[in-house]
Amino acid sequence: MIINHPLLGPRDSEEFVYLGAADLINRPNNWEQDASAEDFYQYQYIRENIAGDHRELWYHEQGDQSWLVVTRNTLSHEIINVELAQDVSRGIGRGK
Amino acid sequence: MSQMNRIKGGLVNQKKSISFTFNGQILTGFEGDTLASALLANNKKLVGRSFKYHRPRGIVTAGSEEPNAIMEIGNGAYKEPNTKATITQLYNGLEANSQNHRGPLGFDLMAITDFLSPLLGAGFYYKTFMWPKAFWEKFYEPAIRNAAGLGTLSTEADPDTYDKGFRYCDILIIGAGATGLSAAITAASSGAKVILADEDFLMGGRLNTESIKIDGGSGSKWAKDTVAALSTMENVTLMSDTTIFGVYDHGIYGAIENRSSEAREDKDKPRQVNWRIYAKRSILCAGAIERSIAFGNNDRPGIMLASAVRSYANRFAVATGDKVSVYTNNDDGWTTARDLVLKNVRVVAVIDSRSISPVLRVPGAEIFMGTDVVDTKGRRALKSIKLSNGKTIDTDCLAVSGGWNPNLHLTCHHRGIPKWNGEIASFIPDKANPPGMTVAGRAKGTMVLSDAIIEGHNEGASVASDLGYKVKKSDPSETPSVSYSVTANWGVPSGKNRAWVDLQNDVTAKDIKLANQEGFKSVEHVKRYTTLGMATDQGKTANVLGIGIMADNMGQTIEETGTTIFRPPYSPVAIGAFAGRRRGMEFYPTRYTPSHKWSVEQNAIFVEVGMWYRSQWFPLPGETHWRESVDREVKQTRASVGICDVTTLGKIDIKGFDVSEFLNKVYVNAFAKVPVGKTRYGLMLREDGMVMDDGTTARLSENHFVMTTTTANAVNVYRHLQFCHQCLWPDLDVHMISVTEQFAQYAVAGPNSRKLLQKVIDSDCDISNEAFPYMAAGEITVCGGIPARLFRISFSGELAYEIAVQTRYGDSLMRVLMEAGEEFNVVPYGTEALGVMRIEKGHAAGPELNGQTSAYDLGMGGMVSGKKDFIGYKLGLREDLLRDDRMQMVGFKPVNTQDLLQAGSHLLNLRDKPSTETDQGWISSCIYSPILGHYIGIGFIKSGHSRKGEFVRAVDLVRGNDIEVEICSPHFVDPEGERLRV
Repeated sequence: MIINHPLLGPRDSEEFVYLGAADLINRPNNWEQDASAEDFYQYQYIRENIAGDHRELWYHEQGDQSWLVVTRNTLSHEIINVELAQDVSRGIGRGK
Repeated sequence: MSQMNRIKGGLVNQKKSISFTFNGQILTGFEGDTLASALLANNKKLVGRSFKYHRPRGIVTAGSEEPNAIMEIGNGAYKEPNTKATITQLYNGLEANSQNHRGPLGFDLMAITDFLSPLLGAGFYYKTFMWPKAFWEKFYEPAIRNAAGLGTLSTEADPDTYDKGFRYCDILIIGAGATGLSAAITAASSGAKVILADEDFLMGGRLNTESIKIDGGSGSKWAKDTVAALSTMENVTLMSDTTIFGVYDHGIYGAIENRSSEAREDKDKPRQVNWRIYAKRSILCAGAIERSIAFGNNDRPGIMLASAVRSYANRFAVATGDKVSVYTNNDDGWTTARDLVLKNVRVVAVIDSRSISPVLRVPGAEIFMGTDVVDTKGRRALKSIKLSNGKTIDTDCLAVSGGWNPNLHLTCHHRGIPKWNGEIASFIPDKANPPGMTVAGRAKGTMVLSDAIIEGHNEGASVASDLGYKVKKSDPSETPSVSYSVTANWGVPSGKNRAWVDLQNDVTAKDIKLANQEGFKSVEHVKRYTTLGMATDQGKTANVLGIGIMADNMGQTIEETGTTIFRPPYSPVAIGAFAGRRRGMEFYPTRYTPSHKWSVEQNAIFVEVGMWYRSQWFPLPGETHWRESVDREVKQTRASVGICDVTTLGKIDIKGFDVSEFLNKVYVNAFAKVPVGKTRYGLMLREDGMVMDDGTTARLSENHFVMTTTTANAVNVYRHLQFCHQCLWPDLDVHMISVTEQFAQYAVAGPNSRKLLQKVIDSDCDISNEAFPYMAAGEITVCGGIPARLFRISFSGELAYEIAVQTRYGDSLMRVLMEAGEEFNVVPYGTEALGVMRIEKGHAAGPELNGQTSAYDLGMGGMVSGKKDFIGYKLGLREDLLRDDRMQMVGFKPVNTQDLLQAGSHLLNLRDKPSTETDQGWISSCIYSPILGHYIGIGFIKSGHSRKGEFVRAVDLVRGNDIEVEICSPHFVDPEGERLRV
């Protein structure tokens, strides 16, 4: 596979390490509440098994060490979009 | 007589003889021959035995689709089994041996299976070897394993060299026949970067095997001229003898280039190169593959595909028989008869299953229309055939054509499912080819050559212009239009005789019928039940025929029957080609520590740890057992001072305004208020609450920290920290870089460590206990101004420091430290002594951080902060992780101090029998403590923290050990930690 890195251009997938669904960015912030146990459980273990466009985390370990959010069609392997994970994280309001 | 079947002409160089052996017999062929053509020239009709029934078999095809003529090439370590003779270029000294027979090829002892064939039909494994149950392991499986398989491995390491390579192009053209060459010419004329690959060592495809004319000259000359023209173009790369074996994602193609002839001259040159070709677009021009017809005893040596008979006559100048007959259901079979007559090879009969007028005039041959071949005779070579009209014809070679199947293998690699085309009675590629691939010529079902040339010409132009190149207008080459008409013929009733469909896996029409009768309706099920198409040739000549037979059996159309699809590789690829140069020591990079050279000089024994070579121990002259060295290293360190290279521990340099806040989020314990000049031990969890790693982090200045990780987890921890920063807290001002290899770091441990270091560290740096207490960290200079870092941390439990310099000073620093330590009787110690001392101190390491242990399990629950969020906080509080009866880490010592305690032993209550139910835990790390004078271990046992003082058994059923041990604190030496602080 070829991943079109937003900063470095097309790179072979051999340079990357795969982690999992991009939902892992959305770590719960409500650790002080009792109810957050369920949220953390969902965050850690529960995944959609998507047949189609899947947003997932790839790490450019043999490159610039950036984490990327890659949108990949799990049926065709077509890569629809590649973003820097930190931009995605900021985009959903994960600031300081 | 030498080469008795050789005729005039062809594309072989009849002036250049080549000598080779077949089953030990010395034979000659010519330059340009394949092994198969040379064998046929020498009248070797019987070349192997079949897989299951050990039937005598001969050469069937002239290409990579060959099911029968697969051989062992070379000998000793060089031997390569299952090599197709039909694509093996002949060379001087080639050694070929036939496969799959016991005793000589002509009299195979295993041929008994042929007479047992009524018992060995489809699914016989599943039906026969069921009972008695115990027989499977002891009798059936060894017997089957012994009988099964084709060639044998050398069992020695492959001495050949293989390489990998990468190529990039705009357009990859697969197949250099008429279509591919036409496409290459127009595509290349646009300036687009073109790679043209063909599996044959001679480009031209079937043009080299046909008598047709292009642009007024012979087809093979046109091919040669076209290749010559392409070879002068800078934007064209020609790759002959190169098989495109797989189509991968995003325009990546796997290609194997065979460079055997080069490798034979020079052993350092690769035998094969595994290319990864990155292509924006590709044009598949892989042509078509002929199929057979299922009739009785259609597998005898001498029965070949009609196109192959033609290839051997036209290209290789070999007559495959003296009295050739042709059996066809399509016009193309007649071409074989005509070409043979042109070559003065006698054709005795043409049999066409269609009731039409003869397609061509074939002088000297009897013509039978609307007639089939129903049986044949001749065990080791064909003698005669019997026709459906009752007539018997004497013939030594039967050329069979059941029609042509587009070679669409590669179009299936992204799950493209071929669709049926009634007009050519075969499958053609579906529209859903791999993205970026177009198909042209006969591979697409365009069976008429003149049309295929135009299609290639146009496709080359259109793909180039899609990519933005300007294509010069030109006309396609011209050839007379020869029509192709076919009427499907899947086979004729063969009575008791077997009609073979898949020659390599010995699958007959009857097997397919049996599978259908037993309820296997799906092609995929029939394939697996009968093994149709599952041999090394993936059924290239068999699949469509088998599907046709299935459709007939079930009284349905081929569309209703469906088709199996193809997967990579197109043809088998040697494992060595995937490994390339990454074998032995080159399997992955070798990393040496900064003290490696010095350690080699000390005759150190090395061990591979996390891709590093670390000194394991340093034997002195006279020491014969590793324990002598290790015990000495431990005692001397604890008594005076020892030095250990700890460079391999991961080091991460972290800078920024928010580092302490960041560390607070990744460690379980508080890091917000670590003072400058201090080091703190930190425990890191995964989000699920299990311990991930531990290490120390020093604050060198307000905004500058250095973290250490374990050697094994250096990469994972760095990746994890980057994840935490970039994905979870992107706005924290934190900047990280791994500096593991940038700093040489040595542990200097033992009561005399300070005295030793004071001799090396510049005098303005005060490292007295008051100025530089336990857990202090700071930047210093050594040896008169060389910058260094000093950390007062201890893994051994002694007064100890770790000192770091830039890696380029690492070798010198080791030598300086050893020299300075002479007066203290300093000792270098390796990873074994390091391990002994950490177990004596009860520090958890790799065997304890196994991904299933929580901070509480390790006895470090007290470190876990309840006042902050950190990775693993919430899920670490799950009630099951806090239960008291979890496996908890404690120490163990033998009751009888003479007893041997071993890691991996399981723990049992005193009177229990060993079983899964009674298992109480296990010993994870174990050593002999030279300080205590007996074995000690740390491990995990149920409710361990509250069971100290209890006696249990450590049982090792594998090594036959069963001893009584006492549960104790894991801190065996200096539990109060007084020695650290002096």
